Amino acid sequence: MDQEKQPFNPLLALLAALAALFFVFPLIGLITGAPWGHMTSVITSKTSLDALGLSIVASLASTVIALALGFPLAWLLARGRFRGKGLVRGLTTLPMVLPPVVGGIALLLAYGRRGFIGQPLDKATGISLPFTLAGVIVAESFVAMPFFVITAESGLRSMNRRLEDAARSLGAKRWTVFRRVTLPLIWPSLVAGTVLTWARALGEFGATITFAGNLPGVTQTMPLAIYISQSSGQLDQAIALSLVLVVVSLVVMIFRRRAAGGG
Amino acid sequence: MGVNSGPGASRFSTRAGLCSRRASLRRHVKPLAVACAASAVLVLAACGSSAGGSSSGASAASGKPSGQLVVFAATSLTDAFAKIGAQFEKANPGVTVKFNYDGSSTLATQITQGAPADVFASAAPANMSTVTDGGDATGTPQVFTRNTAEIMVEKGNPLHIESVKDLADDKIKVAVCAPEVPCGALAQEVFKNAGVTVKPVSEETNVGGVVTKVTLGEVDAGVVYVTDVKENGSKASGVTIPADQNSITDYPIVQVKGAPNVTAAKAFISYVLGPNGQKVLASFGFLPPG
Repeated sequence: MDQEKQPFNPLLALLAALAALFFVFPLIGLITGAPWGHMTSVITSKTSLDALGLSIVASLASTVIALALGFPLAWLLARGRFRGKGLVRGLTTLPMVLPPVVGGIALLLAYGRRGFIGQPLDKATGISLPFTLAGVIVAESFVAMPFFVITAESGLRSMNRRLEDAARSLGAKRWTVFRRVTLPLIWPSLVAGTVLTWARALGEFGATITFAGNLPGVTQTMPLAIYISQSSGQLDQAIALSLVLVVVSLVVMIFRRRAAGGG
Repeated sequence: MGVNSGPGASRFSTRAGLCSRRASLRRHVKPLAVACAASAVLVLAACGSSAGGSSSGASAASGKPSGQLVVFAATSLTDAFAKIGAQFEKANPGVTVKFNYDGSSTLATQITQGAPADVFASAAPANMSTVTDGGDATGTPQVFTRNTAEIMVEKGNPLHIESVKDLADDKIKVAVCAPEVPCGALAQEVFKNAGVTVKPVSEETNVGGVVTKVTLGEVDAGVVYVTDVKENGSKASGVTIPADQNSITDYPIVQVKGAPNVTAAKAFISYVLGPNGQKVLASFGFLPPG
């Protein structure tokens, strides 16, 4: 799949190097500033492990939700013909551009204990989302799902649909066409969308702390634990936890290239 | 991967088209790109220097404050300091006061990491110590006001929360600040004095978070400052904590070491400690120092 070889352009290389260094330097800062002497004790403290566990569980759960609900939405946005499609697309991808805190407040007003959906829900079932793990998952899904929808939709749009027609004309059933033609074609987009969604959920802070609050062992995810430690002067702990998050994210982002690129 | 060849092939052709078009534009693109890159570097440099150098217009020699003053202040001071700042600007034409409000612990971290602040007003002595211990303060911090805790409940107190003990009830949802931040430390002290164990549903990162959770009705009660209850009188009610259970926290203020605007910093601190500043603080429910 390699492209033709680009001639070397020094200016391009210089700007690209600047861009890369711009991202590398803060990482070096984290690595050199890390408390290497007592790294393990910081990472294996109960608060850290709780936060890491919660982060992984909540981000995976919200990724599953994003796949289950986001794919049908992406499908309709890519292929459906209905009025107000642009509006639906705009509304469902709004969380990508909103400050997450705004998302958190909006979530409280809708699904909070006094929210117009949360209040009847609370009255009828006694279920109240804020300050629970479910609340964390709702907040992360709200912020992260648009990344899956938009990536899956663009995958569906850019694929060559004549291949589906060809498969159908050769007698393949709809499910077979989907499974054997459509799915392999959009696979890279789905993988990319899934990983982006997961990464966004893992890093979620603003909507989570606003909607689900901050309680160690219940709703305190890694970004919240990091924020609390840096704001309480425990910079060492903040840096150590940040590095853990960086490593986890980096591994997944590299894996994404492999999975999406098809080798 | 056989299926991929279809769209792949079409992608190649469009790419080739783009490349040839790019080649013909190259002569024009290059100087433009250089200009862009150069201007980007200039803009970045300007941004970097403005933070530190903006208030250099203040003449430290002449004793009369001028230029920009940057005050890092605890969230709980937001309204009182906005008013004090406006009055201070009026009394000292040529001075503009910029405030950075956040939890005292966050501000202390920012200052020890070299944030260009002139004055630091903390909601607790502990966070002030972070700054003084790090050698980032000039002179000794002075207590300029004090604050104390109060229980904030829904307007009209429909659940009839009467005391700190009521907060220990599992059916009452309580929000407090995280123990790491001053308002959280205060809450812990109140619980200890009252001899109760309270299991909060959330430990907010600053007092504003607690106020929001109470005023939105997400929690039934929160432990905040008396000044917060006074400020939000239209949206929430307060339950006074008896003096023998309550705790009083000192608010120290100090000039930051290496303050870009020393003259204005000194003038602002004495204004806050003086009768005008004290009057404003008292009007927001703060207690006089010592």
